[in-house]
Amino acid sequence: MTESKAGWPLYEVFVRPRRGLNHVHVGSLHAADDRMALLAARDLYTRRNEGVSLWVVRSDAITASTPDERDPFFAPSGDKVYRHPTFYDIPEDVPHI
Amino acid sequence: MVTAEVAERPGASPEEAFEAVIAAEQRIEPRDWMPDAYRATLVRQIAQHAHSEIIGMQPEGNWLTRAPSLRRKAILLAKAQDEAGHGLYLYAAAETLGVDRAELTEKLISGRQKYSSIFNYPTLTFADVGVIGWLVDGAAICNQVPLCRCSYGPYARAMVRICKEESFHQRQGYELLMTLMRGTEAQRRMVQDAVDRWWWPSLMMFGPSDAASPNTARSMAWRIKRHTNDELRQRFVDMTVPQAEHLGVTLPDPGMSWNEERGSWDFGEPDWSELNRVIQGQGPCNAQRVDRRRAAHEEGAWVREAATAYAEKRRAEAGASAGTDASTRTHAATATNAAAEPDAGTKTEQENGK
Repeated sequence: MTESKAGWPLYEVFVRPRRGLNHVHVGSLHAADDRMALLAARDLYTRRNEGVSLWVVRSDAITASTPDERDPFFAPSGDKVYRHPTFYDIPEDVPHI
Repeated sequence: MVTAEVAERPGASPEEAFEAVIAAEQRIEPRDWMPDAYRATLVRQIAQHAHSEIIGMQPEGNWLTRAPSLRRKAILLAKAQDEAGHGLYLYAAAETLGVDRAELTEKLISGRQKYSSIFNYPTLTFADVGVIGWLVDGAAICNQVPLCRCSYGPYARAMVRICKEESFHQRQGYELLMTLMRGTEAQRRMVQDAVDRWWWPSLMMFGPSDAASPNTARSMAWRIKRHTNDELRQRFVDMTVPQAEHLGVTLPDPGMSWNEERGSWDFGEPDWSELNRVIQGQGPCNAQRVDRRRAAHEEGAWVREAATAYAEKRRAEAGASAGTDASTRTHAATATNAAAEPDAGTKTEQENGK
């Protein structure tokens, strides 16, 4: 799926909307090389000042968790309610906590 | 939290997990299991939608070189660029379902996949540019806003982006028409003539009536569609009538009247035989639109080949000189980031993310 018939690989595009925010995935595109991917991403995803910085990453360079792995993969965080502040009962009259 | 995700329920079959995600108003994502028919329906709908955006550049593109002012030309150019962008967002969404964009293009230019019937009508005057923005993009917005809540994540996200941009399309069209209506008598007649020609085809954009639309129920059960064709058509008419009054044009439907009981406008039945003819390829511009698209694709082949050859040459050069392929790519990306944003943290952040 990552090589199109034209032989151009698929890239995933990430935009930082403004300073102080993370880059966020916005979509994908095909390009012959990294430079072309960056130029196309600018034209395609930032026509209205949507970003101050762009990342393009070849899709085949991304390692992802798969749906099959999902349950056991994320299980370690599933039963640890004590990691959340709401787990702890604190009397209401204790200030600033 | 993970436990809040319906799909994660252990022991559920893929079908149950899929149904549960839909029922909980969550989104299906590309690597989830989905019924074959759900995938096929989405591919067909998203491809048709993408093709419509791409073909949709032609009717208005017809006026790019003859726009009456630099202002109108810049606006029209921006709009055509948006349509190209919308097509690409949608092709990207379709590709997450396992189809290939080149394949979809091939199906479009060989007539095996359709695009919206509306783009098979000609743009005879510059007023058509305004009416397309007002009515055609207005109808598209009615269709597209509910698609932002479509159950398939990549399609819904593409639609959010598209809807944000469509609003400009509709407003520039309406403003163009207001300008013409403030002009000479001949200009006002030009607007009315364009409205007369585009009104019924615009109503047909919502597709056949509910009775003649057998796939609607299933698409609604899957939450791909949220409203029936007739519901959306009614919504469009109700929105448009006051806009027409404000503009000072008459909608070419003598049977149109306000229905107090329904709180909606009653309106006439579009000529469905015309819609069928246009869909079957006998509209005024079907052959021209597809020929143009095919020519653009074929005439652009050398550009695609040249870009591929250049990329290969650069890769070979990079391989022959110092570093590995991978490190060259990282440096290039970092350098570009640094140029856009002098932030030394970029590379570190990338690495932390791995």
